[in-house]
Amino acid sequence: MDVLVIHLVNALLYASVLFLIAGGLSLIYGVMRIVNMAHGNLYAFGAYVTAWAIGSVAGGAPTVLLLVLLPVGALAAAVLGAVLEPTLLRPFYRRAEEYQLLVTFGLLMILEDLLRFIWGPYPLSASEVFENFGSLTIGDSLYPTYNFLVIGVGIVAAIFLWGVIYKTRFGVVLRATSQNMRMASALGVNVNRVYIQAFTLGCFMAGLGGAIIVPGQSAVLGMGIDAVVLAFIVVVVGGLGSLEGALVGALIVGVVREAGITWFPEIELAVLYLIAAIVLLVRPAGLFGRP
Amino acid sequence: MSTPAVTASANAREAGSVRTVLRWAVPVAVLLLVVPWIVPPYTAILLTYGLVMAIGALGFNLLLGYTGLLSFGHSAYFGVGAYVVALMVKYLGVGSMELFLFGAIIGSVIVTAVFGWVCVRYTRIFFSILTLALSQVLWSLAFKFFWVTGGTDGLRVPTPSLLVGLVTGQGDKTDFMSHAYYHYVLVVFFAAVALMWVIVNSPFGKALQAIRDNETRAEFVGVQIWRYRFVAFLVSGVFTGLAGALWVPLNGLTTPDIIHWSFSGEIVFMTVLGGFRSFAGPIVGAVVFNYLKTYAVGYTVYWQLLLGAVLVALVLSLPTGIVGTAGRLAARWKKVS
Repeated sequence: MDVLVIHLVNALLYASVLFLIAGGLSLIYGVMRIVNMAHGNLYAFGAYVTAWAIGSVAGGAPTVLLLVLLPVGALAAAVLGAVLEPTLLRPFYRRAEEYQLLVTFGLLMILEDLLRFIWGPYPLSASEVFENFGSLTIGDSLYPTYNFLVIGVGIVAAIFLWGVIYKTRFGVVLRATSQNMRMASALGVNVNRVYIQAFTLGCFMAGLGGAIIVPGQSAVLGMGIDAVVLAFIVVVVGGLGSLEGALVGALIVGVVREAGITWFPEIELAVLYLIAAIVLLVRPAGLFGRP
Repeated sequence: MSTPAVTASANAREAGSVRTVLRWAVPVAVLLLVVPWIVPPYTAILLTYGLVMAIGALGFNLLLGYTGLLSFGHSAYFGVGAYVVALMVKYLGVGSMELFLFGAIIGSVIVTAVFGWVCVRYTRIFFSILTLALSQVLWSLAFKFFWVTGGTDGLRVPTPSLLVGLVTGQGDKTDFMSHAYYHYVLVVFFAAVALMWVIVNSPFGKALQAIRDNETRAEFVGVQIWRYRFVAFLVSGVFTGLAGALWVPLNGLTTPDIIHWSFSGEIVFMTVLGGFRSFAGPIVGAVVFNYLKTYAVGYTVYWQLLLGAVLVALVLSLPTGIVGTAGRLAARWKKVS
């Protein structure tokens, strides 16, 4: 029984981080119609910045201070996003989708090596926070308490986003731009500003995903490339451009992954990709997508 | 319904374009034939890699350039070609290059048919993501089933015998690769280029371009879009599979890296570098990319940064690639003189 509980919590842990990454990807696609292949690297960037801040700069400080430092990675990713959108992506909105994919693929390569350039080829860890939290017992087993914090952040982020998008003026503008960019522009919405805000918010979420997961794992090169493919699966299952979809997709992928690691480790990834392919066959726009 | 006069003038134009192409192609072909005796073996082997990738990129471009579908999963077909060869060595003890190519074609036809059946229902971004996801299925299988595929260690492939055993790979491997194998690859390359040229200039190829330019109109004049895209996907995948099969003996080892989606990205990169709007673009792009990557990797550990910057700059300022830009410059030069 408690083994099942642990599996469930693990699944939620994956789902929380995946939701943050895929939610950002989906938000950006929904508003700007761009699939950002470099999105995973913004997640990795967030992880690296937090690991650097907690592990190297403020190592040994009290846990509370370290927790305050945790979102640094998310802020850094947001700033990076705010710089990248107007400089690199803006020239491509009027051009074919192929070019947008290519430029973000180029960006992916650049960011991957920038991480290597800044922090070197070795993994960067911030395990201090993770250890300071200790562990609690579930049945007869020990389980790290920190993981519950990650799940909590995931839930809070989901509620916060829902609030922003459905309950604020900014959310109305965002949804209007996503539904009809020209119309919104004609009604006086500053589309350029909405784009930069949406992209920054998306990058913030990806960075937050990286920042909260890094104490439990480590920041390593290639983590972004792996993450973005999982995020693609999430948005394909849930529907590109839909936040509800990203949430449900993240839960599905989280559960399947946890089950896969436990019961069918050889074909765990294959099953995930196959699920994505099957969903696309049955519902081309994803479970929650607009066709 | 075309009147005889129109057909005649079209034929004349075709003949004219064939003549211009031959004026370019023949000297290049002769040069390629004598290259191993001119340049050092290392450069010749690099060129072999480039030619192999050119076959793959040529196949890829049938989808991107002529059908308007951007596949981010062509590493899958390349990998199928490579792994079929490696598994033929491991389980069947085969050592003949002709059998390798035959096996790789069969293998890539099967995989491409299944993947294509799923993928061609979609276009644009969904097509790209779906091809990517499916290629990752193969990657994870090659990665996880290590007792079959060797996992990350990969599978070794010894030097094959060419031309049903007439030429064997005994003796100096560098010499073999830079001469006998180089010419073998070159002949397959010529055949692939000729075949692709016929395909894109056939009514079938014209129909693909019609679909690319305007799907609705193409459907309206009676082109069965789904079927045409499927066949294009099949042909494209098989060309890339063939490239994978030619690549393995050259590399001597195949690892899951070549199925990973970032390798698909490299195939896209080559094609865009050369220019996907022209027939010769992917060929030039593959050869140039191969040199570029080799020197970038040798020059700095941050080669990805360098290549990424090149890609971004390329897409920003030279979207027609090397061939397109060269063509424009040549046209301008002609006007001036």
